[in-house]
Amino acid sequence: MSGVPHAAAIGMRVISADGGQVVCKVPHDPKFVGNPETGVVHGGVVTTLLDNACGIAVTSKTGLAGQIATLDLRIDYMRPAAAGADIFAHAECFKVTRTIAFVRGVAFQSDRDDPVATCTAAFMLGSKSGEGANLPKSGAA
Amino acid sequence: MDVLKRASAAGTPPALEELVAAIPYCRFLGIRVDRKGSEVTTILPFSQHLIGNPVLPALHGGVIGAFMEVTAILQIAFETGGEALAKPVDINIDYLRSGRPIDTFGRAHITKLGRRVINVHVDIWQDQHTKPIAALRGHFLVAGDVDAAG
Repeated sequence: MSGVPHAAAIGMRVISADGGQVVCKVPHDPKFVGNPETGVVHGGVVTTLLDNACGIAVTSKTGLAGQIATLDLRIDYMRPAAAGADIFAHAECFKVTRTIAFVRGVAFQSDRDDPVATCTAAFMLGSKSGEGANLPKSGAA
Repeated sequence: MDVLKRASAAGTPPALEELVAAIPYCRFLGIRVDRKGSEVTTILPFSQHLIGNPVLPALHGGVIGAFMEVTAILQIAFETGGEALAKPVDINIDYLRSGRPIDTFGRAHITKLGRRVINVHVDIWQDQHTKPIAALRGHFLVAGDVDAAG
């Protein structure tokens, strides 16, 4: 993830990415704490991990690198991300149309069946009109 | 948290600058807060480590989401004066414009303050308030509810 400064800043790693299925990991770091009283990781770290994992899932499914933009992202927080443990995300791009890719994801720690959060996201695929945030005006990759 | 408990005991809104400084993740992102009377504005000064797309360049979508989440939580702390931070149940983010490599500002509005759940709307913008780069709609659990995540 050295090409994405913020992903590098949180130590995010891609464990696997193939055919629209992606697994990523963020190692525990004290700077991620959102509540110093409980040591619970801030939801924003989970948001970042899921957003990035979903984007990589779209890239891995479509081959469009740098030409996708998150349109919307919904996250359901199921339980606190425990202090001191790494967080994983599994994202799956399950449908691609001419202009939009649909993705779902889950963030978890030790047990995938006990998720920290789940998400669904829609991404704009590279288009000449350039709608959507973060979309390059030309096809810059 | 101390800053919240002191404010709650005194019956005054918490010192938001102190609250932000006490949260490691807010310090990592570099979030600041400005209060003018009852109006709270959060500030995300631009920094290279917030970039998600170095080609454009643009802020990371996760940073944008995190900044809006912090904006919502601070507004709740400011208005409700609880002893603990509110916890997110679910959030919906609309990405509206590319987050350019400049400072970003945020404001939250509590749509409904329920007994257990708080509905919040957040807008963030860069050079013009009327051109938000993203919006968040979310549900947060009132502090102290044992079911809460995050």
